[in-house]
Amino acid sequence: MALRSLATRKTLTLGLNSTRLTQSRALQTFSLPDLPYDYGALEPAISGEIMQLHHQKHHQTYITNYNKALEQLHEAIQKGDFSTVAKLQSAIKFNGGGHINHSIFWQNIAPIREEGGEPPKGSLGWAIDTNFGSLESLIQKINAEGAALQGSGWVWLGLDKELKKLVIETTANQDPLVTKGAHLVPLLGIDVWEHAYYLQYKNVRPDYLKNIWKVINWKYANGVYEKESA
Amino acid sequence: MSKRALEVHWGVHHRGFVDDLNKQLGKSDILYGSTMDELVKATYNNGNPLPEFNNAAEVWNHDLFWESMQPGGGGMPKLGLLEQIEKDFGSFTNFREKFMETALSLFGSGWVWVVLKRREKRLAVVKSSNSINPIVWDDIPILNLDMWEHAYYLDYKNDKAKYVSTFMNHLVSWNAAMVRMACAEAFVNFGEPKIPIA
Repeated sequence: MALRSLATRKTLTLGLNSTRLTQSRALQTFSLPDLPYDYGALEPAISGEIMQLHHQKHHQTYITNYNKALEQLHEAIQKGDFSTVAKLQSAIKFNGGGHINHSIFWQNIAPIREEGGEPPKGSLGWAIDTNFGSLESLIQKINAEGAALQGSGWVWLGLDKELKKLVIETTANQDPLVTKGAHLVPLLGIDVWEHAYYLQYKNVRPDYLKNIWKVINWKYANGVYEKESA
Repeated sequence: MSKRALEVHWGVHHRGFVDDLNKQLGKSDILYGSTMDELVKATYNNGNPLPEFNNAAEVWNHDLFWESMQPGGGGMPKLGLLEQIEKDFGSFTNFREKFMETALSLFGSGWVWVVLKRREKRLAVVKSSNSINPIVWDDIPILNLDMWEHAYYLDYKNDKAKYVSTFMNHLVSWNAAMVRMACAEAFVNFGEPKIPIA
């Protein structure tokens, strides 16, 4: 299945101070990207049941609610209703973040027969050794941060474009990585919300984190790294 | 709520919090002799929680959660509690809607509560994130519902609405709530009682 490209977000023009009747550009709606693999293709690291629920229910809900919030925002801006604009911010961050984060996540994992789990080669592999000493050391740190995260959130391997180094960060709920730093680019994100692992691992999040590395798609992460550090 | 869900939620999650808390408390004597309430408030540390807070609060929260439910629960409260709900929400139906709305609008992990607010002297439905507990805001909890995904995922997958309405229809223990309300009223001054003259 081909991965439909993420719809690029066109910015809504803020017609608040224009006296001409410039209408905002047509509102973009988002839709669920297809997975480039079958739901069961990541077993036994992640069960097919989880993949299906995660993709068809959770991710879809974020997209549905994001579209709804954007539509409401569009209306509120046109009406000059600032109080509604302000009230919608958290729904936009939450649902938009959920959409973005999960879209990245599906590309961060891949079936073993498509090189999921294969250690990073190329410049990212080298950068990991420089920043963390070894891949094992990186994995240990990410797993520690992921296990320690209280509640719901994500653990990230990111590139700080300004300082030109790799960082490990966590974000709460569906906050995207940029909320931790405007210059941070996500290379790898691991969903540690309970829905990502509960049916299979129950409350043993550390086991989920240990096993997910068997299907991590380093090719994708390396691609992003090389592009962003050029 | 299925047997399996209870086995895992109570037997693994709740038990885990108790064990971990005991381990943490074993390290020093500072908090020795505190009640659970005191423990939660002390470790909350006015918004800068200490490492023990999460475990202490989750033990407290789950203790109330099991108390907030009973087999054959649901239905409606009676007497004083029903009167107070009607006074503060307009009607029991409004209260149910507010409870549902609050539960479904929670982002991420957390809890929904029915509390008696000390200062406002009224009941309210509030939500809290992660393990936060309204006693740190000095309010008195009457009931709660666990909205962490682990609380409903085995039985309902991501259908939160079904979980919350099942709780309201079949699980919530108004008996327990009425008892807690009676105790809570001792701490809030509702003014002179209207004693009917014979």
